[in-house]
Amino acid sequence: MSAYTAVLTQSTDEWQLPDKGKVGMICLIVAEAAIFIIFVLAYIFYLGKSLSGPTPAEVLKLPVLGTVCLLSSSLTVHFAVAALERNEAPLSSLWLALTVLLGGIFLADTAVEWHELIYEHGLTIRTNLFGTTFYSLVGLHASHVIVGLGMLSLVLLFAVAGKLNSSHAHRLHVLSYYWHFVDAVWVVVFIVVYVLGR
Amino acid sequence: MQTAGAMTFDSPPSHPKLWLDAVNEWFTTVDHKRIGMLYIGYALVFLLIAGLEAAVMRIQLAVPNNHFVSPQVFNRMFTMHGTTMVFFVGMPILFGFGNYLVPLMIGARDMAFPRLNAFSFWISAFGGLLLYFSFIGGYGLYGAGTAPDVGWFAYAPLTAKLFSPGHSTDYWILAVFLSGIGSVGTALNIVTTIVCMRCKGMTMARMPLLPWLYLVTSAMVFIAIGPLTAAQMMLGIDRFLGAHFFDVQAGGSAVLWMHFFWIFGHPEVYILVLPAFAFANEIIPVFSRKPIFGYSAMVGATVLIGFISLGVWAHHMFTVGLGPAGNTFFTLATMIISVPTGIKIFNWLATLWGGKIRFATPMIFSIAFLFQFLIAGLTGIMLSAAPFDWQLGNSYFVVAHFHFVLVGAILYMIFAAFYYWFPKMSGRMLSETLGKWHFWLFTIGFHLTFDFMHVPGLMGMPRRIYTYEADRGWAVWNMIESIGMIFQAAAILIFVWNVVRSYRHGEEAGPDPWDAWTLEWSTASPPPHYNFAEEPVVHSRRPLWDLKHPQAPDSDYE
Repeated sequence: MSAYTAVLTQSTDEWQLPDKGKVGMICLIVAEAAIFIIFVLAYIFYLGKSLSGPTPAEVLKLPVLGTVCLLSSSLTVHFAVAALERNEAPLSSLWLALTVLLGGIFLADTAVEWHELIYEHGLTIRTNLFGTTFYSLVGLHASHVIVGLGMLSLVLLFAVAGKLNSSHAHRLHVLSYYWHFVDAVWVVVFIVVYVLGR
Repeated sequence: MQTAGAMTFDSPPSHPKLWLDAVNEWFTTVDHKRIGMLYIGYALVFLLIAGLEAAVMRIQLAVPNNHFVSPQVFNRMFTMHGTTMVFFVGMPILFGFGNYLVPLMIGARDMAFPRLNAFSFWISAFGGLLLYFSFIGGYGLYGAGTAPDVGWFAYAPLTAKLFSPGHSTDYWILAVFLSGIGSVGTALNIVTTIVCMRCKGMTMARMPLLPWLYLVTSAMVFIAIGPLTAAQMMLGIDRFLGAHFFDVQAGGSAVLWMHFFWIFGHPEVYILVLPAFAFANEIIPVFSRKPIFGYSAMVGATVLIGFISLGVWAHHMFTVGLGPAGNTFFTLATMIISVPTGIKIFNWLATLWGGKIRFATPMIFSIAFLFQFLIAGLTGIMLSAAPFDWQLGNSYFVVAHFHFVLVGAILYMIFAAFYYWFPKMSGRMLSETLGKWHFWLFTIGFHLTFDFMHVPGLMGMPRRIYTYEADRGWAVWNMIESIGMIFQAAAILIFVWNVVRSYRHGEEAGPDPWDAWTLEWSTASPPPHYNFAEEPVVHSRRPLWDLKHPQAPDSDYE
């Protein structure tokens, strides 16, 4: 034992390792990205292979409002994190509220789009390969938005209750990684589904 | 020995516990060692179940025109055997050892996310229960059940609602999906633990090879399990919502499922075999009394295997017809992956070379592993040539090849790891005498079954047939294979008996029974729940060697 303690006390060098929360979140993002890649590949593979209509060109419109809202929510969540790191909790909760609002508008925009597709154009997940792949891919992304919104709302709830302070900045930072990821996925989905696929 | 001193303050106070308290502790534990042991115990139970399913198949195929089980039951047996062995034996047992060993070997007190760790285990365990619940719930409300019968890779369109009515296939989808979630959770935990929680002084270049290989394996889990999860989602959407991902009638593609499945399926083989390599990297040096030969080459080869394994999946699909470009690419990629694997074999041989070899049970299993893995690799190279594969794809030659990998290499190293680390986990040695019986009986049985399985494969016997005619010339070989199964079953029973008996009456192990060099042997056996009373500091790859030989520590030479 004595020899062991001798070894123990020798080193006084700096020993810094990466942060657990960030590494864990990055791992989760890699795993999730793999799932999305497969859904995107399936969408691309089945482009133009539907045996019946409607086709993307006939029914899809650019979801401009939703896209603008979702992409700007990445900025607002970043400001929320920065404010909390400077220990400005009220400002941070304001940015958080704006983030949740923007995410909510995105979801509402998707809901309106789906309602129109289903009731005006008769496109459901069973209609053809386009319906199958479109609703699966966009729905998978939307479900991630819902999860992210749920977590952000939880933080917002704590903020409203006055329980949010700079000691939580690190957790909010990790959560913001997830939100940025959801945004980045939307960029890919937007380009594949609404730009190239139309 | 200096390390023995650690016992004095590491042994936890012992007092009799209520039976229910003990159960409650195991159910609610977030300790990486207990979760590791839960994983291992759970995998061993499924190993016995899936082994039993294999035995049913071997009895059925022992003689031509046999009626031991019906064709339907035979289909369920090979489906459940494959699914169970890959998802509920292979993955959990390897994650179990990883959970137990990684924090101990890097000098950490627990995994990075202990509660996520418990969640991952229980969600995987639930998946396994769900799979077996299909035996009674497979027909849903329509009465008695049935198990999935679509094969472990569940090719479309057989899995469509039309061809697989009832819920047995749904149970398969959900079970595999849940096991995937658990796997990603644990892999995430292992990566974060290794990246963020190494003890002072343990740079990546000083980390033992086992955590290194687990790091690569876990990174592969992220990339490989994703496609599987996505494919299960799509199949689920097809079956429950009437979508058309794999519905050929609506323009869907059955080949797409094959691609998605094997993009998971082939890296999965390496996800399973890298931990086996990791055990060999720890066991072979200790029993050769030499440091591992070519540490950096081992790390490099592992990372290379990780990368290349992502680009070989379609060698499972040569018989589908990939065209000349696809055939060439996947043949070359598959052949190239044998290069880093070969580097590993030579490094192990060079570690043995000139060593003072101790033939304890973990070591003899490791040496058999070297031989058998070599043969598995050679038949793998044969099958990697597309024209050869056209001849033998889907035959018993393929079955023999991958059982040489899964049993001859992976299971052998799991046994070796068991004999090597059981003393650490339980504080008691497994019996060497019973261990030798286990080894020899299993080796005889293994070679009877799987050496001779190549022959009917070469003679054209396809896999997954429930019986065959007497005039094919396959009967003798199948009889020999089935006799081998008896030896293997006997060996497994001896192993179980050994574990049960030694747990109660085995020789006391002490903290370091093998005179080993990595950190897990510096603490008590079994380790206290906090692992290390003082967080260790290391100066070389073999911290315990430094401790035992202060006159010539490794840190002077590395």
